Amino acid sequence: MDFATFLIQLLNSVQYGLLLFMLAAGLTLIFGIMGVVNLAHGSFYMLGAYLAYSLSGHFGSLALAILGGALLSVVFGLALEWLLFRHFYHRDHLDQVLLTFGLIYIFEELRSILWGDDVHGVPIPQMLDWSIPLTDTLSYPAYRLFISGVCIVLAVALYLLISKTRLGMKIRAGAFNRSMAESLGVNIKLIHAVVFALGVGLAAVAGMVAAPVSSVYPNMGSSVLIMCFVVVVIGGIGSVRGALIAALLVGFVDTFGKVLLPSVAGMLVYMLMAAVLLWKPEGLFKQ
Amino acid sequence: MSTPRSNLEVLPRSAQLVLVLGLVALLAFPFVGSDFYVQMVTRMMIMAIFAMSLDLLQGVTGLVSLGHAAYFGVAGYALAFLTPADAPVSLWWTLPLAVAGAGLAALVIGFFVVRTHGIYFIMVTMAFAQMVFYLFFDNKALGGSDGLYINFRPDASVFGWLPFDLEGRRTFYYFTLALVVIVYALLRRLLWSPLGRALAGIRINEHRMRAMGFGTQGYKLTAFTLAGALAGLAGYLWGAQTGYVNPELMGFHMSAHAIMMVILGGMGNFAGAIVGAFAFEYLLHVFKDITKHWQLLMGGFIVLVVVAAPRGLLGMLGQRRADKAQEDSHHG
Repeated sequence: MDFATFLIQLLNSVQYGLLLFMLAAGLTLIFGIMGVVNLAHGSFYMLGAYLAYSLSGHFGSLALAILGGALLSVVFGLALEWLLFRHFYHRDHLDQVLLTFGLIYIFEELRSILWGDDVHGVPIPQMLDWSIPLTDTLSYPAYRLFISGVCIVLAVALYLLISKTRLGMKIRAGAFNRSMAESLGVNIKLIHAVVFALGVGLAAVAGMVAAPVSSVYPNMGSSVLIMCFVVVVIGGIGSVRGALIAALLVGFVDTFGKVLLPSVAGMLVYMLMAAVLLWKPEGLFKQ
Repeated sequence: MSTPRSNLEVLPRSAQLVLVLGLVALLAFPFVGSDFYVQMVTRMMIMAIFAMSLDLLQGVTGLVSLGHAAYFGVAGYALAFLTPADAPVSLWWTLPLAVAGAGLAALVIGFFVVRTHGIYFIMVTMAFAQMVFYLFFDNKALGGSDGLYINFRPDASVFGWLPFDLEGRRTFYYFTLALVVIVYALLRRLLWSPLGRALAGIRINEHRMRAMGFGTQGYKLTAFTLAGALAGLAGYLWGAQTGYVNPELMGFHMSAHAIMMVILGGMGNFAGAIVGAFAFEYLLHVFKDITKHWQLLMGGFIVLVVVAAPRGLLGMLGQRRADKAQEDSHHG
């Protein structure tokens, strides 16, 4: 592997890892703060991708589609939290698993009714439809760098939101000691709604920015969901920092596994998870 | 984390009656049902074994596995590998071997997963099942995404003498029914054995069990391995019946369906798992008949069950009895 190829794979792995982080961050926050197992989290990724497909066709601009789609998905998340999820924060995990599995079926079928079962492409915006030449033959598409850029901006924004703002302080207080936070006047129900909607929004935005590269297809949420579970298990539930490091690690192992050991590539990430479990059963950064 | 839901370990009379009537109906069914329905009921019975095996984890031990289909699939694949393309293979060594293979897979994966609790356990079982899924999905030598065909059902002959021929639909039906009864009897016995009591204790309070000197990880690993082996029995039968295995058998939908079956019937007593498996498979059949958008109906149904009847069908019978007892005590 020469340096240019290595660089390309490295950039790919970072891009994939950052994308996983967007999903896993929401998942781990929802786990950590509300204690909910959400199998339907992958569906929000799919929702985002399909919204990008529809809205970019409608507005003629991916940027507008992402803004509009982010707004729609946050509203969708708030509605879903209000209607169903908030009643399940105190139920056992089994009920949560079933509820969210039922939701996967519902979302998949609604997707099939609304958008059909075909694979769709989403065009890369013209402004980003160019490549950075690395050698005579190899180049790196600018759009992939854009994906990484969006993810980094959002990751920094998430960090600032949680660690520097008043809202973030309340979120952390709620995660640390729910009843204490409540008795100090924090509106914990509102915090839960905000965190859930934030998670849905992050997953949907990940689906939207990834859509031009991954294309848009049925069941696209399932495989990414399981990868996110691996990330959350490795990183430790509730830890956003753990999710970031685990996501980058998983992205790296998966991308380079496919290049160097193609026959076992599908299994490598799970072996990584097994190794982490042996070493630290509660993840690398258990809160 | 244990499931706080109370379990119906002692079956009420009404549930026992339902089981006996059900058994009589199943014994009589091949004489009245058409071939299509005999095959469908065979499939339901296979799923009943699968659901019972999961109930040992989910209902008895309180471990929610979202990857139980992996062991089901492993045994199905074992039959596919063991059956040559041009001749049947003997039932008497392939069945134990396939079941042992599934048990071994569960033992190896169980070694890692019993270290985890609660949400982690759910996610890790699911992730490992996905690993097994990809192992078969990615490798052409293992059938790849297309799966493998099994051209012959296993051959039951002993030294040239053929006690029963599984190629016959009715024979296969009764063979499966016999295994359902055997597995049920075995698991009911296990439920009241020292092992079963220890597993139930782990569900109710694992810390206390450990404080009393039980090596809970060893117990959980035993339950996980046994459940995997029994899931393998179901998977073997599935492979033999359909003559075809593919990675979907190990997929996450299959695992979730099994959880649903156990919930639907009522957990922790194995009878509920049987009832749930029949009810779930029947509903799936009905929904697929009604509309091609059956996933919407199934999804809606699952959400409804979780919201409205979290203790399952048998649980509702037991609940009425409990309510009545409470009422009587108030009056008395």
